[in-house]
Amino acid sequence: MTTHAHPYGIMAEFETPAQIMEAAKKVSAAGYRFWDCHTPFAVHGLDKAMGIKRTILPVLVFGAGATGATLGIFLQAFTNASSVSIWALVWVTGYPFLISGKPLMSVPSWIPVIFELTILLAALSAAGLMLLLNGLPRLSHPLLSNNRFRRASDDRFFVVIEARDPKFLRSKTEAFLKSLGAKHIEVVENR
Amino acid sequence: MSSTSPQSATKGFVDTDNTQQPLTGRVQLVLNMHSFGEVTHQVCRVAENRPPLAWYVAFAICLGMVGFLGFCVTYLIFTGVGVWGLNNPVMWAYDITNFVFWVGIGHAGTLISAILFLFRQKWRTGINRFAEAMTIFAVICAGLFPGIHVGRVWFAYWLFPIPNSMDMWPQFRSPLLWDVFAVSTYFTVSLVFWYIGMVPDLATLRDRAKGKFQQFAYGLAAIGWRGSMRHWHRYEVAYLLLAALATPLVLSVHSVVSFDFAVSQVPGWHTTIFPPYFVAGAIFSGFAMVVSLAVPARQLFGLKDLITLRHLDNMNKIILLTGCMVGYAYSMEFFIAWYSGAMYEKFAFVNRAFGQYWWAYWIMVSCNVITPQLFWFKAVRTSIPLMFILSIFVNVGMWFERFVIIVSSLANDYLPSSWDAFVPTWVDIGTMVGAFGLFGVLFLLFCRYLPMIAIAEVKAVMPEADPHAGHAGHAGDHAHATEGSR
Repeated sequence: MTTHAHPYGIMAEFETPAQIMEAAKKVSAAGYRFWDCHTPFAVHGLDKAMGIKRTILPVLVFGAGATGATLGIFLQAFTNASSVSIWALVWVTGYPFLISGKPLMSVPSWIPVIFELTILLAALSAAGLMLLLNGLPRLSHPLLSNNRFRRASDDRFFVVIEARDPKFLRSKTEAFLKSLGAKHIEVVENR
Repeated sequence: MSSTSPQSATKGFVDTDNTQQPLTGRVQLVLNMHSFGEVTHQVCRVAENRPPLAWYVAFAICLGMVGFLGFCVTYLIFTGVGVWGLNNPVMWAYDITNFVFWVGIGHAGTLISAILFLFRQKWRTGINRFAEAMTIFAVICAGLFPGIHVGRVWFAYWLFPIPNSMDMWPQFRSPLLWDVFAVSTYFTVSLVFWYIGMVPDLATLRDRAKGKFQQFAYGLAAIGWRGSMRHWHRYEVAYLLLAALATPLVLSVHSVVSFDFAVSQVPGWHTTIFPPYFVAGAIFSGFAMVVSLAVPARQLFGLKDLITLRHLDNMNKIILLTGCMVGYAYSMEFFIAWYSGAMYEKFAFVNRAFGQYWWAYWIMVSCNVITPQLFWFKAVRTSIPLMFILSIFVNVGMWFERFVIIVSSLANDYLPSSWDAFVPTWVDIGTMVGAFGLFGVLFLLFCRYLPMIAIAEVKAVMPEADPHAGHAGHAGDHAHATEGSR
């Protein structure tokens, strides 16, 4: 097989959360950078053991929520309390609604819509940016072509060290993963 | 798929009592299973194997009801809202009753998935997936009613601030418009929350799929999830954020629904207690619906080891609590009507209990306040037939609550000369029944093709998931990992 010349990486299979926790600490300590753990559920504390930095997601979501609130204020002020024309894909003009002599800028009655738009934008960005930062959706991946890897969503825990890692050396990395007590070690082809 | 222990025939079909365990400390939430593979198998086989005969029967019945719904709605659109029994004072009746009823049903799903998550109630993992599905399907049913109630449905897009050549905008000071924003945001956020929570389990179904089509469909739906810990890290943060956003959202939705009434000046509607009272009622009815669905579903699909008696016991306690809150609201409404000294307000409430809709009022009180009190007894809370009957009672009672609030207030308001009575037509009843069919069809399809239980989340609350188990040196970490494990 010629594909062996450029494998995606090497995967090591473990059977319990405790085993992968130990393995992750050692891989991290060995100085690998392009590597990952694949688990059927989020193992408590494994991200810390791997040395994953806390994601920036909450900051971005806060920004999206603030944008939603601002949008809510401007939407209502423009459509119900102004007569200016703006360009929003087409030219549109606001209409100052006068109802029962109430003030045009009736901010208390705007609160529900401002609130809902805040939540809407924040929630959509929380989900969307999480996927984006994770590089998803992704329709194919070398690991997903591996039959043994299917159990990563069932009851097995995998450590994968990628070939692009500067410290990756097939024989050495394989021996290193063996020393961690993996149940099974396999080279993952790049296809 | 290789399972680590042989599957006995009764597995998942027999109840094990785990309600005797103490309230504090680690409670067993997954019974008779000690490996992750068993949990995967137990949940996935529902989607992988042919469903039991009862599924086909229920599906056929529900599909028939949907057909009738389609007929009623088409007839309504072609003829006009006059085919309902609406008349001059009673311009809202079954349609808005059904709308409020279905939105309310949805609330339990969000409460379970978001609020119980924030409170670290681990027992939610067994029931959150299908409770969230219930939320989405209930909101679909709810959205149907105002949609067709607008009369000229081809102008329904006027509800949204869409730039148009007429330079016409919605009126943002109207609670009805707040409702449009609240319900559509609620639907969108619930859908996103549900789907994001389901992605890891869809990956499980993808990895187990045998057929080419299943592999393709689940593969597409799982969007390339491969359980990467770097992904899990962001996923967990996003999930927490979604829960934190959905919590105030769910409280706001039924508050805004109650503003439809409370902001108006109709006696019986114009009260400040409405927002909290509606939210409590929504959670009350929603939990009753979860019990009504969970009891047959766990029986039919053999999920008794995952949706245990303890889960049902906990839900019945919430029904009891919210039932008491609703009962308090009923009595407080009466007290304030008397205490305010407002004669129309006083009349509205006496008329509710003893006027032309007295029977609806007393059905409401019996089903919502009196019968749920039986849940004080543990024997009732853990009896499958009794809890099923009581949960149906609550569903009925909560439907009548909305009917009483809406119709009795409108039928007899300020001016006796304009009083009238509302009598439903066959289209009213057909649409109401049909909505239940629509809900049933969606729910049955969900049970058949999607993971009914959050597999990844259930695995994470098993004792086996603790990465420090069996390491004496990590006593401190261990205590941290099991904290709040109820």
